[in-house]
Amino acid sequence: MHVDYQSLRFEYRRSPDQSSATPSHHPVVVVGAGPVGLATAIDLAGAGLRVLLLDDDRCLSNGSRAICFAKRTLEIFDRLGCGDRMVEKGVTWNVGRVFHGESPVYSFDLLPDGGHRRPAFVNLQQYYVEGFLLDRARSMPEIEIRWGNKVLSLLPREDGVELVVETPEGEYRVLADYVVAADGARSPIRRAMGLESRGRSFRDRFLIADVRMKADFPPERWFWFAPPFHPGGSVLLHSQPDGVWRIDFQLGWDADPEKEREPERVIPRVRALLGPEAEFELEWVSVYTFSCLRMERFRHGRVFFAGDAAHGVSPFGARGANSGVQDAENIAWKLALVLRGEAPDALLDSYDAERVPAADENILNSTRSTDFITPKSEASLAFRDAVLDLARDCVFARRMVNSGRLSLPSTYGHSPLNTPDADEFEGAMVPGAPALDAPLADGWLLSRLGGGFTLLHFGEAPPDLPETVPPVRAVNIARADDVEGLAAHRYDARPGTAYLIRPDQHVCARWRRLDQVKLRAALDRATGRAMGTP
Amino acid sequence: MLNTEPNIASPDDFYEALLAIHQDLTPEQARAVDARLILLLSNHIGDMAVLRQAMARAREGIVPAGRDATIAVRA
Repeated sequence: MHVDYQSLRFEYRRSPDQSSATPSHHPVVVVGAGPVGLATAIDLAGAGLRVLLLDDDRCLSNGSRAICFAKRTLEIFDRLGCGDRMVEKGVTWNVGRVFHGESPVYSFDLLPDGGHRRPAFVNLQQYYVEGFLLDRARSMPEIEIRWGNKVLSLLPREDGVELVVETPEGEYRVLADYVVAADGARSPIRRAMGLESRGRSFRDRFLIADVRMKADFPPERWFWFAPPFHPGGSVLLHSQPDGVWRIDFQLGWDADPEKEREPERVIPRVRALLGPEAEFELEWVSVYTFSCLRMERFRHGRVFFAGDAAHGVSPFGARGANSGVQDAENIAWKLALVLRGEAPDALLDSYDAERVPAADENILNSTRSTDFITPKSEASLAFRDAVLDLARDCVFARRMVNSGRLSLPSTYGHSPLNTPDADEFEGAMVPGAPALDAPLADGWLLSRLGGGFTLLHFGEAPPDLPETVPPVRAVNIARADDVEGLAAHRYDARPGTAYLIRPDQHVCARWRRLDQVKLRAALDRATGRAMGTP
Repeated sequence: MLNTEPNIASPDDFYEALLAIHQDLTPEQARAVDARLILLLSNHIGDMAVLRQAMARAREGIVPAGRDATIAVRA
C-alpha cells in the first residue's frame, strides 16, 4: 500500500495531563518527531520504558531533505524493527564516481567486501524514513505521541525537569526525569535554555532540485567538478525511490536564493544536465547554505541534545541524519539502564564523552569536503584545481579528490566505558568499535546480538555466565555457524575468544579466554559504575 | 627528518629550471604550476613528519594579513 507520508496530517488531541492539578510525571520526554526523536523513542520503548514524544508540528518532513542512510543506520533500524522496510523501499548503492569536466577522475566502492546484511547506503526520502519509524512507534504501546505540542520552557527541579508545553488549548506542564531534545538545527529548547551551537559557515549557496523522471543513470553517486553543463560549479546526481533524482548544483555566494528557487531558473539548469529532450517534473526545490557547528556539551543536567540540535555539518558526507540516529541509540540504552535502576546517573555523562568526539569527527570530515568543494581562499582554490588536474594521470592525486567522505560510525576509542585490551588482538573490533556484521549459518551476526549486553563467544559451547545487573546474554558462534569464516576473521577470533558488546552493539571489552571476574569488572565499567578507575 | 643540508648536485641548474617553468606566466598561472609542483613533490616525499617540518619552515615568520572566507556562526 502506498502512503504519501508528506501529506499526512496528525490530529492534536487533548491529553488528561492538560487537566491535571500537578504536572504529570513521565520518565522520558523526547522533543521532536524527526528521525532522531522517533529513533530515540522506539529504542527506549523497546527497552520497556514509557516515552512521551512531543512535536510542535502535525506533519512529517516536507521535501526529500536527508536522503542517504548509511549501513550503520540501517543496522540500527534493524534493531529498532524497521530496517527491512527502509531497505526494501530505498535505492541501494555502494559506488560513487567523481568527474572533472566530462572526464571520470575517481571512483570508490564503499563496501568492497561482501558478507554484510546491509549495503553501504540506501537512498530514501526523509519522509519515508520518518514514516516507517512513525509506523513502528505507533505499534508500540509504550510510546505516546502528542502533535501540536510545543515546549516553551524547561524548569529544572530537584526531582526532575518541568516542561511548559503550549497547545491549541493553552499551556500545561509535565514533569520528566529526563528530556531528549531532538528538535532540529534551530532547536527551540537550546534557545529556551540560553545555550548555543557555534562554528563556521561557508560562503557558498547550493540548489537542490529533486526531479521526477525516467532515466537510465545507474544507482550510483555521481559528482562533477566544473562540468560543461554547469561551468564553474559542482553538481551531484543521486537516485531516490519513485523515480525521483536528487540534483544538487553549486551556485556560489552571490546567487540570489529567492530567484534561484523559481522554476524558470531551475528548469534550464536541469535541462542542461539531462539534455533538451528530457521529460521531468520538479518534485522539491531548495536553496541552502550550511555551517559546521556544535554545542560545547550535549548533556545539560537532565536534558540531552541529539542530532541537528546538538551539531551541524555540511551535507557532503551524509553525516547529519546518520550521526543523529547514532546519537539516539547512544543515549537510549543509557537512559533505559539508569531509569531501570541498573546503572548510576554517571553513565549518562558518557553520552558527552562518546558523542562529542563523534560530532568532531563528522565535522572534521565534512569541513574537509567543504574546503575542497567550496575553496575558502585563493590558495585553497589553487590546490583544489591542481589536485583535479593531476588526478587525470597521477593516481596519488585521485585519493585527494574530496567530494564527500561518506558517513561511517565512530569508534569510541577513548570512551571511559571501554576496558582496555589485556590480550593481543588484530583487526578493527577494538573496544569502542561498532560491531561488524558477518553471515552465519542461520542468519546474520548482528541480528543475534539483541538489545541488551551480549557476550559474543567463539567456541563449541556457550560459556556459563554469572548473574549480573544488567543481565548479560551469551551468544555462541561455533565453527559450523561461521560458514564463510568471516565472523572469526572480522573479530580475530580463536576458540575461547569472547567480546562483551553493549546494547548499542559497540564493543566494550574482549578477551582470549572468558574470566567471570574480568567480565564483572568490564560490565561495571560499561555501565558507569567504575568510571574514572583504571 | 627534513634535510636542509645541500642535497641537489647543481643548485644553479635547479634554480634556473625552477624559474624556467614560470616564464611568461601570469601570477595565476604561476600559482597553478606551484600548486601542482608542491603536490607532486609532497607525494614523492611521502613521509608526513618530513612534510610537516617543511610546511612549518615555509610558514615561519609570516604574520597572517588576509582571511579565509568563512563566517563565524552562533545558533
